Amino acid sequence: MNTSDETTLLERFKSRISAGEKIEPKDWMPERYRKQLIRMISQHAHSEVVGMLPEGNWITRAPSLRRKISLLAKVQDEAGHGMYLYSAAETLGVDRRELIEQLLSGQAKYSHIFNYPTLNWADIGVIGWFVDGAAIVNQTMLAKCSYGPYSRANLRICKEENFHKRQGYEIVATMAAGTTEQREMVQDAVNRWWWPSLMMFGPSDNESPNSAELLRWKVKLHSNDELRQRFVDLTVPQAQAVNITLPDSELRYDKKTQHWNFGKINWEEFWNVVKGNGPCNRERMAARQKADNDGAWVREAAVAYTMKQRMNR
Amino acid sequence: MATKDMFGEGELWEVFIQKETGAPHEHAGSIHAADSELALQNARDVFARRGEVVSLWVVPANCITASSPDDSGPFFDPADDKIYRHPQFYHVPKAVKGM
Ligand SMILES: [Fe+2]
Ligand SMILES: [Fe+2]
Repeated sequence: MNTSDETTLLERFKSRISAGEKIEPKDWMPERYRKQLIRMISQHAHSEVVGMLPEGNWITRAPSLRRKISLLAKVQDEAGHGMYLYSAAETLGVDRRELIEQLLSGQAKYSHIFNYPTLNWADIGVIGWFVDGAAIVNQTMLAKCSYGPYSRANLRICKEENFHKRQGYEIVATMAAGTTEQREMVQDAVNRWWWPSLMMFGPSDNESPNSAELLRWKVKLHSNDELRQRFVDLTVPQAQAVNITLPDSELRYDKKTQHWNFGKINWEEFWNVVKGNGPCNRERMAARQKADNDGAWVREAAVAYTMKQRMNR
Repeated sequence: MATKDMFGEGELWEVFIQKETGAPHEHAGSIHAADSELALQNARDVFARRGEVVSLWVVPANCITASSPDDSGPFFDPADDKIYRHPQFYHVPKAVKGM
């Protein structure tokens, strides 16, 4: 293809994007658009999969059968979300195995939030409320993104996330209305998860290298800061409703802007966790590698069985 | 040599779901599986966890031939200039009802 063809295609691509059209797998797209999407969708998929670990940690110790079946169903949903997303990434011409290998080798990233430990049952409530709550804000936007398969995967995900958030908030509300010890436990979990949850939206836009390009291509429709603000505005009244204090002395409602102002985020902590030095990075990677190795014989057996069936036919 | 990579995640299957009897089967996404039986089970676990599905189809992805967006213009053109395939093409006296 010569450069003038390429320019025409690029112009047409841009005008389709600005007309709000969805781009589908076989459509022409700039190489950068494809690369950025593969990076973003696979990171998102890895996050769903690694995200099962902190919560899976509490399935066997859930305080009642009702809590246990909910948590089990929620964690299973997260596996499903990972599958929807790998499926969307594959429409861009990458192989799922390749993406999984990138996760296992440490080459690919996943959300930094899953490198924090779940110390007690209250953490499960707070994760559903904050972490799934933040994910909903992000995924609601992504359900409207310009790439068809990614948009559809997020639509499917969003339909399931509300249960995740509600089951978490129910745990929080129950504990917040419980004994002094339970109240303290849930407040402590809130204190530990609040700031890392705010970091989930990523660094401020002027420091986020990919933001401008992703916004231009409508892969993202709002900036990281806008999404973070939306999450804070949604969450503060929910905390007030159950007498939970968010650990930020600068949290103030601004009547003029109708937003909650909040304090400074410790980005040093964020980058430290992203670079692999969070409390659980090594543990998470080891768990994924073990799961992959332990499951290898099952995949091999399934393929061997199929081969044998074909030969017998 | 049989490496782990060689087995990979199994073949790619496209999944179509029907949400209620009488509705069309709609593309939902894809899954990997070694054979059609496992493909159906995986598709159920991934796309039908909430009982909102009454029927599932799985099709090996390489069995699907799709039209290409590059020639979608010319390919679908023949339908464009056939306005006589639409009811509005035909003139009927105003007083006539139920037409
Ligand atoms: Fe999820
Ligand atoms: Fe979730």
